[in-house]
Amino acid sequence: MTAREQTEAYEDIPGTWVFDAQRARQGYHLNEFLYSLMKAANRAAFLANEAEYTRRFAMTEAQRTAVLRRDWNKLLELGGVSYALAKLAFTDGKSYQYMASRMTGMTEKEYVEMMLHGGRSPDGWRSRAERQGRA
Amino acid sequence: MARIVAGIGTSHTPAIGACVDNGKTGEPYWAPLFKGYEPAKAWMARTRPDVAIVVYNDHVNAFDFKIIPTFALGCAEEFPIADEGWGPRPVPPVKGYPELAAHLVQSLVLDEFDITIVNEMQVDHGLTVPLTLLCGTPQAWPCRVIPLAVNVIQYPAPTGHRCYMLGRAIRKAVESWNEELKVVIFGTGGMSHQIQGPRAGLINTPFDTAFLDGLSRDPERLVAIEPLEYLRDAGAEAIELVMWLVMRGALGERVEEIHRFYRVPASSTAVGNIILESR
Ligand SMILES: [Fe+2]
Repeated sequence: MTAREQTEAYEDIPGTWVFDAQRARQGYHLNEFLYSLMKAANRAAFLANEAEYTRRFAMTEAQRTAVLRRDWNKLLELGGVSYALAKLAFTDGKSYQYMASRMTGMTEKEYVEMMLHGGRSPDGWRSRAERQGRA
Repeated sequence: MARIVAGIGTSHTPAIGACVDNGKTGEPYWAPLFKGYEPAKAWMARTRPDVAIVVYNDHVNAFDFKIIPTFALGCAEEFPIADEGWGPRPVPPVKGYPELAAHLVQSLVLDEFDITIVNEMQVDHGLTVPLTLLCGTPQAWPCRVIPLAVNVIQYPAPTGHRCYMLGRAIRKAVESWNEELKVVIFGTGGMSHQIQGPRAGLINTPFDTAFLDGLSRDPERLVAIEPLEYLRDAGAEAIELVMWLVMRGALGERVEEIHRFYRVPASSTAVGNIILESR
């Protein structure tokens, strides 16, 4: 499979933004911002004035807006990687599990319940065609 | 001669570390998981390895996106515990084995694996959670550790085949080290899981079971799994399982399965554990 075909195949997986080299390129400054939240002093500075803090990084306006809105799926689409996004969730005092539940549109409680029942079945989620067939 | 005597496959779910660190292992959600790891812990205590090579991935802690090494070998004397955003885990620092690590680098590069040499590195849950699961909460870790960080975050990750071949080269490298040492190798991460997007929470137990079977009986079949298949069938983060193939490659042809455990869920992941002794 060529690199190009690989990218097309990634896009065929529903509900998923694969963090490939092109998306990583678009998300570079966004992810560097998220990485900065590993330091307690930076977390405090961000929480004190979110908009101002984000201007230290060369993000696009769309990325900046998505950060301020905690628009998790938009952040994935614009090149954020989930492990870096988790640092924004941690800064808010939330967990991976909370962040994942927001991405699915469920409440955290509903999400935990789904996981306790064996998680989401891959059936109907393997490809766009499979998804449409189920919808 | 140094020998790789066994391999351990285990998930490295961060919530497991947080659970131990906060004294919640007895809670109904977690208790069955820790019970399931008891035989592995007992095996580890019996086996008493001198060195553990831990194949894991960093989760945007030691490495940001300035430099993304595909294979990075930790050559330091000691590896501090990373602060991932909620303070470092309260576990002992990880002691390395710089002499053996330098030898591995030398051997692997000559075997055409272009390893990145890392002389200073913090380690995150990817490495410390497996140590906690297998060794509990000691004052000091019972063996020296050589971290091998694999990029599985920015696609493409190395293929399963590449990982398996690296494992074979590691075995050869260890066996050419002139010191009586008992070495084990950890393959960590997985099993099926996805922690991003509307498809988050995906779990595929049949895939995971077949993967565990394959490690034991038919690794060549696993080596042929395409990267896309991991993503599509077992979730975007299931690609971490290629790291288990480094471990399997390092065990030689014949193995005996000593122990297996599988449970859903720990947070968003299917947790798997297997112990294979080299025969
Ligand atoms: Fe991981």
